Amino acid sequence: MFALIRKDLQIEFRTKETLASLLMLGLLTLVVLSFAFDPTSDLRAEAAPGALWVAVIFAGVLGLNRSFLAERDNDCLQGLLLCPVDRGTVYLAKTAGNFIFMMAAQLIIVPIFVFFFNVPATPALAGVFLALALGILGFSAVGTLFAAISVRTRAREVMLPLLLLPLVVPVFIAGVKITARVLAGKPLGEVVEWLNLIGGFDFIFLVVGWLVFEYAVEE
Amino acid sequence: MNQILHKSADTVLPWLTFLTMAAAIYAVFVYVPTDSAQGIVQRIFYFHVPLAIMTFSAFGVVAVASVLFLWKGSRFWDRLAASAAEVGMVFCTLVLVTGPIWARPIWGTWWTWDARLTTTLILWLIYAAYLMLRTMSAGGDQGARYAAVLGIVGAIDIPIINRSVYWWRTIHPAVLVNREGGTGLSDPSMRLTFRLCMLAFGLLFLWLLWVRNESGRLHDEVEDLRHRVLHT
Repeated sequence: MFALIRKDLQIEFRTKETLASLLMLGLLTLVVLSFAFDPTSDLRAEAAPGALWVAVIFAGVLGLNRSFLAERDNDCLQGLLLCPVDRGTVYLAKTAGNFIFMMAAQLIIVPIFVFFFNVPATPALAGVFLALALGILGFSAVGTLFAAISVRTRAREVMLPLLLLPLVVPVFIAGVKITARVLAGKPLGEVVEWLNLIGGFDFIFLVVGWLVFEYAVEE
Repeated sequence: MNQILHKSADTVLPWLTFLTMAAAIYAVFVYVPTDSAQGIVQRIFYFHVPLAIMTFSAFGVVAVASVLFLWKGSRFWDRLAASAAEVGMVFCTLVLVTGPIWARPIWGTWWTWDARLTTTLILWLIYAAYLMLRTMSAGGDQGARYAAVLGIVGAIDIPIINRSVYWWRTIHPAVLVNREGGTGLSDPSMRLTFRLCMLAFGLLFLWLLWVRNESGRLHDEVEDLRHRVLHT
């Protein structure tokens, strides 16, 4: 399993394609959303958590798409499936890889977000990162499963967001809620039920994905 | 046994559905008294609620049939899941149409982000994606497996979505007080009408499911024959 993760990371270090495109799309989303709200109005502060999560989700969909397109282009998926490991392990490795990419992108997207949306850069941002980590874990758990599916359908780039976005609604709502609370200076204890919700979502879909992944990749 | 079932579903079911539906329509428009608090618009409730219940049953069928398909691998379960998803989609759309027609005069708005409404909308989106996935993926077992995976994940997700949108709106101050049904069904004739409508829509659901399933079976049979003719 770690060999599989290392393979994805190594490819990324040598080409830096996925991370660069993730970052650019996240950045562009934040910029475009900045235009949507008047910089002087209070609305902007209210919309900030939502803007961050829209950027995360858009960039995430792009990254997930890439993660299986690369495998497909060179018939690597075949090789991957020939690995003498369980399909569930391949799934977990792929999910972990996607999680790592998306989290790495956040290390830059969040500071940009703080910069553009004039968010106070306090230690409270740690709470935002916690929400992001949990949310992105659930997002990649469902996303990896459906990326494997959508890559083999027609119109594959469009198919993934269509499948994924309605399914990750709970992650999105919970993520925005937690981020809003944390940025408003509230302690994490107040959002514990939302954290539980995302945690439960992560756990359930990691298990489901692990179980059904073999049906998603079988020829 | 199978033959008898087949025959009766083909002949009895449509007539039974037709007669019950006619009686239900008569009951809704003529027999049942007008609600004193909500007025004439309350009558749409007799269509709206049975449709909603059948929508959720249909997607329950999709989930169960998807699990059975992945487990047993029989085309029968795949066809059943596909048929139930299509019929459920029609019913779900009707729920989302009849709901706002009622909500406009009663709540004063077409739409509110109430937990129940939002869940139904997301459900619609998930199964719209499900049907798209079916048309977009290669035919045969592969497409069927993909659809089954989505059918299962979607069904597991629905309670979580419901929970999240429920908290989302209740932690926020509610704009409107949402009490479904208003005064409730106080009159016995209202309860009778409601049960009649439940039966009518239940039969309609079964019949549509049957017709769709049959057409799917014939389609598969034709494909099978074509394959055999071309390759022998």
